[in-house]
Amino acid sequence: MAKYFIRRILQLAVVAFIISVLVFLLVHLLPGDPTIIILGPSDTAHNRAVLLQQLGLNKPLWQQYTTWLGAVFHGNFGQSYLNHESVASIVKTGFPIDLELIIISQVVAFGVAIPLALITSRRPNQAVDNISTTTTFGMLALPPFVIAPIMVAVFAVGLHWFPATGYVPFTQDAATNIHDMILPSLAITAGSIAVYYRLFRSDLIGTLQEDFITMARSKGLSNRSIMLRHAFRPSSFSLLAAAGVNIGALLAGTFIVEYLFALPGLGYSLVYAVQQRDYLVVQGISLIVAIAYVVLQFIIDFVFTVVDPRVTRE
Amino acid sequence: MPDDRELSATRSGGRLLTDQVPGLAAMDELVVSRQSETLDSDDILVRKPLGFLFWFACAFVGLVVVLASIANLLPLPNPDVGNFSAINAPPGIHHLLGTDDLGRDLLSRLIYGARVSLVVGFVSVVIGMSIGGTLGLISGYRGGRLDVALNAGSFVLLAFPAIVAVIAIVAFWGQSLLKITVILGVATIPLLYRVVRASSLSYANRDFVVAARTMGATSSRIVFREILPNVVPVAVTFGLITVAGVIVIEGSLAFLGLSVALPTPSWGNLISEGTSNGNLSTNPYIMLWPVLAMFLLLLSINLIGDRMRQRFDIREGLL
Amino acid sequence: MIGRRTSKRAAALEFPDAVPSEGPLLVVDDLHTSFRTGRGTVRAVDGVSFTVGRGRTLGVVGESGSGKTVLSRSIMGLLPPRDVIKSGTVHFDGRELTAMTPAELRQVWGAELSMIFQDPMTALNPVKRIGKQITESLRLHLDMSRSEANATGVELLRSVGIPSPEQRIRWYPFQLSGGMRQRVMIAIALACAPRLVMADEPTTGLDVTVQAQILDLLGELQRERHMAVILVTHDLGVVANRADDIVVMYAGRVVEQAPTKTLFQQTRMPYTRALMDSIPRLSDPSGVRLHAIAGRPPDLIHPPEGCRFAPRCPYVQDKCRQIEPPLRTAGSPDHLFACWFPLVNGVSTAPSVRSTADGAVIAGATGPVANPGPETTPGQVAIPGPAVPRVPPAPPGYPGETPIDPDAEVGTP
Repeated sequence: MAKYFIRRILQLAVVAFIISVLVFLLVHLLPGDPTIIILGPSDTAHNRAVLLQQLGLNKPLWQQYTTWLGAVFHGNFGQSYLNHESVASIVKTGFPIDLELIIISQVVAFGVAIPLALITSRRPNQAVDNISTTTTFGMLALPPFVIAPIMVAVFAVGLHWFPATGYVPFTQDAATNIHDMILPSLAITAGSIAVYYRLFRSDLIGTLQEDFITMARSKGLSNRSIMLRHAFRPSSFSLLAAAGVNIGALLAGTFIVEYLFALPGLGYSLVYAVQQRDYLVVQGISLIVAIAYVVLQFIIDFVFTVVDPRVTRE
Repeated sequence: MPDDRELSATRSGGRLLTDQVPGLAAMDELVVSRQSETLDSDDILVRKPLGFLFWFACAFVGLVVVLASIANLLPLPNPDVGNFSAINAPPGIHHLLGTDDLGRDLLSRLIYGARVSLVVGFVSVVIGMSIGGTLGLISGYRGGRLDVALNAGSFVLLAFPAIVAVIAIVAFWGQSLLKITVILGVATIPLLYRVVRASSLSYANRDFVVAARTMGATSSRIVFREILPNVVPVAVTFGLITVAGVIVIEGSLAFLGLSVALPTPSWGNLISEGTSNGNLSTNPYIMLWPVLAMFLLLLSINLIGDRMRQRFDIREGLL
Repeated sequence: MIGRRTSKRAAALEFPDAVPSEGPLLVVDDLHTSFRTGRGTVRAVDGVSFTVGRGRTLGVVGESGSGKTVLSRSIMGLLPPRDVIKSGTVHFDGRELTAMTPAELRQVWGAELSMIFQDPMTALNPVKRIGKQITESLRLHLDMSRSEANATGVELLRSVGIPSPEQRIRWYPFQLSGGMRQRVMIAIALACAPRLVMADEPTTGLDVTVQAQILDLLGELQRERHMAVILVTHDLGVVANRADDIVVMYAGRVVEQAPTKTLFQQTRMPYTRALMDSIPRLSDPSGVRLHAIAGRPPDLIHPPEGCRFAPRCPYVQDKCRQIEPPLRTAGSPDHLFACWFPLVNGVSTAPSVRSTADGAVIAGATGPVANPGPETTPGQVAIPGPAVPRVPPAPPGYPGETPIDPDAEVGTP
């Protein structure tokens, strides 16, 4: 087992490394001169050259890369040249936001999808099932940028239950923090609910047709027992895999919600930085996001080994 | 002569990044067809008809496609030009869906906006499927070092925050419909590659393929005549799902102004306009129509994809 | 043997039927099970009746598609509720299973009536340890504590012949071989000492040597516990030495039913005969052609009029095609068969020629069986004891060999 994990960690380290290279290349090979953005288009060539040297942008690419990577290993991600905030602090502010959005939305998504699937899979194509299926279909057709404005209109502007914008860090005021984060989190939940519900339900239906379920019934087990203790686990594998993909997509995909609710999360900072050619910020955040994705995969794999005994023993 | 997939793929070159990764392997399995080898339940149980909703969805998508295609021929006012005498007009005879705060006809903007969504959605998936799908088909069957390399590469590319690349490239290459389509098309390649590869792989070791091989069929014949027909249902279904996904992504980008340049309408930026500048309260129609249209289009595409999935007995995938 | 148990059923569990109670254990009466499908209603079980006595073994034999698996599930009541039409009754130990609610059935299942499934690969939950799968029913029906159940589970595994049960109880199914998995299935089925076990093709898919071991094991456990067993199989060889009575099914109906020895020595129904003939024998010289039964089982949605075996029967007559033969006895009350022209001492009583103008041939050939008597009551139809003097030649097309010697060794597994 340990050998397995060591192998996985190595794999993931390699991936992270490759991604760091790719991001670096992407940012530096794009057209556009950062000095123009920083100094403005009307400054002198001389000043630009000076700035270029200061930023180290006149060195060969590979050297710039190693310099950067070296700094990263020391925890120094550089600075945003726009507001001189350190990239590290941008990440520090932004990461908890993303994390919170994802945690809340996924908890809600699983909390709705799993019980609902457990209920409807036993009697497919009946009233409850049809309603749920149709509703989740509808959810799929309401992406965040559509749902969010509607939610704001209804809940924030209309009912005044939640604020439309604003963010208070968790460490400062937990209650307000969670309260303010509810609307943005729910905006990204709909898609997840739909995906998880349909996947889990379809797998449950498939599992319930297996022989071992009939055998469990023939032992006299109650329906609840069968669902929870026999059908649940084997059906959860693809749910787990889908969670990995879905959350991975959410890691960088929260920018829309952050923009709409004015949350200084990583997604929005990233988008803004790209537009401003704030390359150190882009590199830093991208690297963090990529590492987060890779760690996520690792966690999912680990959960897999726990849930499916065949994985490490076969 | 049969290449021993196990050996070449996992033991030799591909030790580091193989598909012996449970999470990824499971992800690949998500879309693999699970057709039973024995008598199908289809023979015994009543086959569910495609249903009224399915045809309604097809009709709607068809309608949108037709309208978008012949937009130039329809008697629509110019979507980019505002008529200042008719600002924020409610739906009426002259402007069937009303006008926005600059006097532009909403119906016209909606239909022209449909073009963007449809073109970006479908063409990008066509690009992705041609490249990624073909690679996946061949790679899944042949295996070997090429397969290991491509597989590893696709994993890395999926881990890469594609949003960054898309935004960056759009920001600096230009905001034209063509460029966005190409960029998003390329972005779908890793995903489609993986899906088609998984499907192809599941058929590659089946008895009918082995039989064809023993009868002397060449590899290309096997791939295109034996495996491809089986992979097509999965590919088409997943392709549809990806179309829906790309439409959403383009919508999100457009919402932020990162898609086609204004004033060209795209449903995303129509929605964005509709929710800014206080338009929500003054003229909710601006937001309403594109929201409705996008909702119905996504719903229809997902419905069609889902029915197809049911009909071809494909395991519920990544949606 | 099972260890001590502390529960309300403890006393009864040791030897449930050592003290004979009244009446047969299982009575199946005119059971019908049909499935609604897109192409029509499939009548999988079409009027089956039999009884099983306590501690006895019944073999249910039939080809694929004869309805035997549906029969076993119908008896237990395990079929899905939708698109299934059932009629007829099943009485287990005096109680009517077919009238029970699901909750009541759940109390019977596992505790008094259990099932061994065909394929141990798919019938065991692949992600649950085998110990858990055994102790589940122990804790459910016998109120055992976790440690008690575990200890009992270990003993159960030992009694089915699994080595090192203390370690293996924590194993997963995929870690075991096919034969061991089947043993685990037996252990699970027998855990709560049920009075009747239905073994649905318990040895299909296992190696032949393992098959024999499994069947021996089952027989031994059955004797120890005085359990009744219904052995469902397509293989006559499996039941030849191990069943007390045998029921032969064809196309959803019982076509012959008798104590084992009687069935083999006085086979009446040509189908049964053909099944026996299809078993290859060690004593046959090599190069002998296998006797397959020509044709295929009938369509269960639109079964043919008349005898369902008629299209494949080598002795078929017009009457067979027109009127369905009833299940009746002739002489011995525990031997039932459904045939207009049954075999007597291995020889068909059917006329060799179809109805011709030659009255002499018909009259002579049909003999005393010409008037079979009232159609529906299992009446006492007189069949002559010793062989009928006229032996008709084998009909054309039938593997042309001499009629079977009824005294020859039959059906060694």
